[in-house]
Amino acid sequence: MLPGFGLTLGVTVFYLALIVLVPLSAVFAKAAGLGWDGFVAAVTAPRVVASYKLSFGASLIAAAINSVFGLLLAWTLVRYRFPGKRLVDALIDLPFALPTAVAGIALTALYAPNGWLGRLLEPLGVQVAFGPLGVLVALVFIGVPFVVRTVQPILEDLEVELEEAAASLGASRGQTFRHVILPVLVPALLTGFALAFARAVGEYGSVIFIAGNIPLVSEITPLMIITKLEQFDYAGATAIAVVMLVFSFVLLLIINALQAWSSWQTGRAR
Amino acid sequence: MSIQVRQIHKQFGSFVALDEVSIDFPSGQLVALLGPSGCGKTTLLRVIAGLEHADSGQVLLDGQDASATNVRERQVGFVFQHYALFRHMTVFDNVAFGLRMKPRRQRLSETRIHSKVHELLGLVQLDWLADRFPSQLSGGQRQRIALARALAVEPRVLLLDEPFGALDAKVRKELRRWLRKLHDELHITSIFVTHDQEEALEVADQVVLMNHGRVEQIGTPEEVYRHPATPFVYGFLGAVNLFHGRVDGEGLWVGEDRVPHSSGGVNQGAEVLAYARPHELEIVTDRERMDGVAARIARIRAFGASARVELEGTNGSTGAHFEVELAQVQVAELSLQEGQAVRLLPSRLRVFERQGAGG
Repeated sequence: MLPGFGLTLGVTVFYLALIVLVPLSAVFAKAAGLGWDGFVAAVTAPRVVASYKLSFGASLIAAAINSVFGLLLAWTLVRYRFPGKRLVDALIDLPFALPTAVAGIALTALYAPNGWLGRLLEPLGVQVAFGPLGVLVALVFIGVPFVVRTVQPILEDLEVELEEAAASLGASRGQTFRHVILPVLVPALLTGFALAFARAVGEYGSVIFIAGNIPLVSEITPLMIITKLEQFDYAGATAIAVVMLVFSFVLLLIINALQAWSSWQTGRAR
Repeated sequence: MSIQVRQIHKQFGSFVALDEVSIDFPSGQLVALLGPSGCGKTTLLRVIAGLEHADSGQVLLDGQDASATNVRERQVGFVFQHYALFRHMTVFDNVAFGLRMKPRRQRLSETRIHSKVHELLGLVQLDWLADRFPSQLSGGQRQRIALARALAVEPRVLLLDEPFGALDAKVRKELRRWLRKLHDELHITSIFVTHDQEEALEVADQVVLMNHGRVEQIGTPEEVYRHPATPFVYGFLGAVNLFHGRVDGEGLWVGEDRVPHSSGGVNQGAEVLAYARPHELEIVTDRERMDGVAARIARIRAFGASARVELEGTNGSTGAHFEVELAQVQVAELSLQEGQAVRLLPSRLRVFERQGAGG
């Protein structure tokens, strides 16, 4: 065994417990105060259930959209040289740095029925701000950097020779992408997807401005928790939090398993 | 299939990689493109493959102008220095790749592909590795798999870019002998790029020597070694001793020393560069002798079958460095000592008139 194993494991476990596990178990403890029936009632109220669907549904869709376009962005940044490339590269990280409320206000101003974009979309019958679509837009916005930043280094390491080899063997561009490039990127894509998804599920600041927060339509789960807190219903709030936690944990576990499987597939490799 | 390149010109920015290069590669031969790094040999190979497009000039495959086609349509097998194996695929899938990418109508059935891949793996003697991943193979094995993969699509020509460049010396030697044997079985027109003159001379039917984007000489290994056409070729193919001198009468003046030399084809009084291989220099210890280039023995390396003596020029060629190769027994017979003053007499000199060309 490598030296320092006991010490590093000890520190890791202690740190993780202190920073993550203890606060989370407090959530469970608090929620337990409701009793089983109270818990079930709190977490299955129609408004709450509608919020789960929106939160998890929109987060999954946003992460999926970001996977596709994040891959595209990363590809462009790695493969091509163009003026202003560094600027674009820096812009990618902006959603990380911006206070989310600012993002929410900016997006709302844009997509509100009298905003720059909202004005154009309204005649088409598309209402973005103050509805579920607005939630999706906000979640896509804040999730941009994740896929780009996870895929970028892998793409940079991908030798152009591999594509040349595929072409010399008669593969078309499409076949090369499908059979040579994509399989190598899948683990990074899944990691990026998981990060973007996790971020989106927990997002609050940017969403509440643009969502309109209409009960049963455009309320996200974190909003339900805040609403309960404002009514001093701490147990109810933590009950919803428990559901979110468990659900997120299970989803992330599945994604991680997929990621491990695919990197095992591609990676007996390295 | 024959390959011809006609007046290929290729520039990267202001750097001229290929300067009006024209070469005929005869059908069925194994040709080496040899030269120092940056001489344009890899660029030429990539232009032939269609991985790079020339600024002007033509590539003829089997007499047909292929300049406008890209690598997919040229049916060339290309082997990369760093193998370029698909690391997420097994050895089997790597070799089968080209067969599986064919349009559905031309594609073989999976069972045919299976037997064909195993046939190829048998050819490169690695059938037992079919289920491994590239990362589990040694460098030499990887390159053989890369070769099998390239051969799977039945290319019309085989192009190899420094195929043994990333391997250690022992494996290199094994693999190049093996490549020669494989070529003798398949007789597919092949071109390989190398900067290793020993590799080119040992393996190839024809050697094309390149320097600064131009062809210096084309010939069999024997021809280019025995009769180098330019100072560059002479210097590139093995160790040399260089004398700066002037032709006068029946001799060559190197500083104040005179070396006998029949000045065939060189003008009287011309400034020349004269070359001799280490084994073409004789060491003379007789102090009475007045001809030959004066030198002092700097070091004697006496191991192996032959000894190497390093010398420094003392008279007129001060600062010049010479190397002489001679039999072990001669070192003892002449009782050579380090620091001893001797004269060097070339038994054979190759003289090039000086045209500002250094070599």
